[in-house]
Amino acid sequence: MRFYEYESKALFEKRGLPLGPRHLVTSADEARAKAAEIGGSVVLKSQVLSGGRMKAGAVKFADTPDEAAAHFEAILPIEVRGEKPHSILVESKSPIAQEYYVAVTWDGRNKKPVVIFSDMGGIDIEEVAETHPEHVSKTNFSSLLPITPRLAKEAIGAATVSGSDLNKLTPIVFELMKIFLEYDLTLAEINPLARLEDGSFAVLDGHIDMEAEARGSHKALLKELGIGDDETRQARPPTPFEIEGAKVNAVDHRGVAGNVVEFDGDLGLVIGAGGGSLTLFDAVRKHGGKPANYCEIGGNPSQSKAKNLTKLILSKPGVDKIAVMMNVVSNTRVDIVARGVIAGCIEAGRDPSEAIAIFRIPGAWEEEGFKILEKYGVDYCDRSVSMYDAAGRAVAKMQAGS
Amino acid sequence: MSILIDKDTSFIIQGITGREAVNLTRENLDYGARIIGGVTPGRAGRDIYGVKVYDCVRDVVKHEGQPYGSIVSVPPRFTKDAVFEALENDIKLIVIVTENIPRREVAQMVELANLRGARIIGPNCLGMISPGEAKMGGVGGPAANTRQAYTKGNIGVMSRSGGMTTEIASTLTAAGLGQSTCVSIGGDAIVGTTYAELMPFFEDDPATEAIAIYSEPGGRMEAELAEWIAKNNSRLPVVAFMAGRFMDEMQGMRFGHAGTIVEGKEDTTADKIQRMEAAGISVAERIEEIPELIKQRLAEKK
Amino acid sequence: MPGLFIDVQVNADVKGDAEIARKLEESCSVDIFKATDAGVEVVEANLDECVLCDLCLAAAPEGSVRVVKLYEQD
Repeated sequence: MRFYEYESKALFEKRGLPLGPRHLVTSADEARAKAAEIGGSVVLKSQVLSGGRMKAGAVKFADTPDEAAAHFEAILPIEVRGEKPHSILVESKSPIAQEYYVAVTWDGRNKKPVVIFSDMGGIDIEEVAETHPEHVSKTNFSSLLPITPRLAKEAIGAATVSGSDLNKLTPIVFELMKIFLEYDLTLAEINPLARLEDGSFAVLDGHIDMEAEARGSHKALLKELGIGDDETRQARPPTPFEIEGAKVNAVDHRGVAGNVVEFDGDLGLVIGAGGGSLTLFDAVRKHGGKPANYCEIGGNPSQSKAKNLTKLILSKPGVDKIAVMMNVVSNTRVDIVARGVIAGCIEAGRDPSEAIAIFRIPGAWEEEGFKILEKYGVDYCDRSVSMYDAAGRAVAKMQAGS
Repeated sequence: MSILIDKDTSFIIQGITGREAVNLTRENLDYGARIIGGVTPGRAGRDIYGVKVYDCVRDVVKHEGQPYGSIVSVPPRFTKDAVFEALENDIKLIVIVTENIPRREVAQMVELANLRGARIIGPNCLGMISPGEAKMGGVGGPAANTRQAYTKGNIGVMSRSGGMTTEIASTLTAAGLGQSTCVSIGGDAIVGTTYAELMPFFEDDPATEAIAIYSEPGGRMEAELAEWIAKNNSRLPVVAFMAGRFMDEMQGMRFGHAGTIVEGKEDTTADKIQRMEAAGISVAERIEEIPELIKQRLAEKK
Repeated sequence: MPGLFIDVQVNADVKGDAEIARKLEESCSVDIFKATDAGVEVVEANLDECVLCDLCLAAAPEGSVRVVKLYEQD
């Protein structure tokens, strides 16, 4: 779950990292007033979750309050990768002597946190790592044993930094390591971390991702930052259809029937589970089919969950048929899912034999499930038909129908 | 032969009285597993399909002897404690079924396991099976379904998806290719044991002649496997199925498992396929191509 | 609304028995039985959640509870 820059900075400030004066503004007048209050040159930065603001022209520098107001108007309508800002950060523009990069993230290979440090900050770190590997250090540290500042010192030193910068950077980097662990972050990044001309250090831009699973453990912080429980902070905000999908899944705790993502096609998908859904979505597209949605069922969902998900998908405008497909199931039951999707069709006022293009869920309780499907005249197949071919049958029916 | 588990492997189930764990217990017993005890705090004295329940792992060890393994099926907020408990009671193989555990806690469990010389499979996995020998976890479901999908043979299977472990095994079985051991390694960003970490076990197992894997976007596990194979001059042909190709165009969106997200180039299926092919791994576009590719690779070897 | 797929029938002679009602409620993991002052009540809304575990058949005198698969009937 991604934080906006202003939220990341609020957390950094709370933990004593050095930051310049700044204000979040939502109107041109406010931008003018706050620029005057800060004094001198300021920078205006669009508050969006995705990167690439600079390239999109959503970061601008202003020497006067009037210029700041004008820039506000210019930045507000700019979409950065499809996302429009709700607010803009006005911040003091400081003369920079040297830029550093520091980030803490998870290293899935060593299964430990890793602190990445470079004295070539301000630019794409992956590029620096390729062109100047000696200027990028990667230092793993323990998430189990106590950590001390020497780890930060080693990380900084390994990127060829010494002298007073080494000593001044060490507590900043060490604090970032602690913040990372304490708040269950998956990324805590400062880029650039600058030494200003007056010799002081400042966090100029920062970026934090918190593990979605850990939200419950950090309610106080999220409340303090003003992040609501319903904010998903995915790459794009959820559509109303997706919000309904989340509600279907939240009704009871038995299994999963959710993770609904909306697409603009015409073939509804009731598919599962985690890996099976990815496989089936690819298969539908490979056959030239146009999915109306992505979703996942699994973990033995209740009949009513499968029913309500089916109803939701059939309610989407333009969806004429659904394909019900999974990999060979172990704990999810074929008969319970069959009952759910058939009841969903009936409650949506549809004939299951027409609305269900194909039912391909082999595995646990399949004999019982197939009896139900026979009774309602639904086209089904067992494991002898591959996931790929089952998807092909569904797509062929859609194409024959149109 | 097989890896990690066989018919003599003894284990316990932590959280044995939970809804899914009760199922798991019956399914594993029916498949011939040696379950020597179960743990749910406060439920000592109960009996789950003949398996005695204790309040803590220490009590199981005291009354039933030292188990080799444990399946941990407890709610996320209790999982770390349960795994630490198993590790400190000298359990050497832990299957974590539980989903939605924050990475920090998984990393801590893995670090302690390393310090104690133990191995973790999962979290967010269905465990593993050595067909005809034993299974440890929900993989394959009820014993009858498990026997239908899994047969004893010479192919090792590793999968980030529990469900796809069975789909692949079922497809291999239908093509006359049995399996040595199939491991559902878990769908999280950090897991106890990766493909590359399982490879040395398969490499040393005389029964295993080839490997099939299920892979997907996100993480570095496929890159790590490719490096391992190139570096160790593996004797085993590997065939990979790559799912989630559509995600390459959808940066920052999470689909499927917690570990499945495209954030950088290395997360994409295109990059992973390229690395795997460069290391000599055959990449299938459909599951049903796996048996044929394995047969081809085995024929080339001879 | 009755179930589309499953019906559960309890014989009239045991329906009013408080002890059997309690056992039935306890036996069912999907809450199809509810023990009331008047004996056992079948919760229609949950009928289609039945997982065919047969634990209710064992909780009442033999033959007094029947789980009917409606999809097996013509």
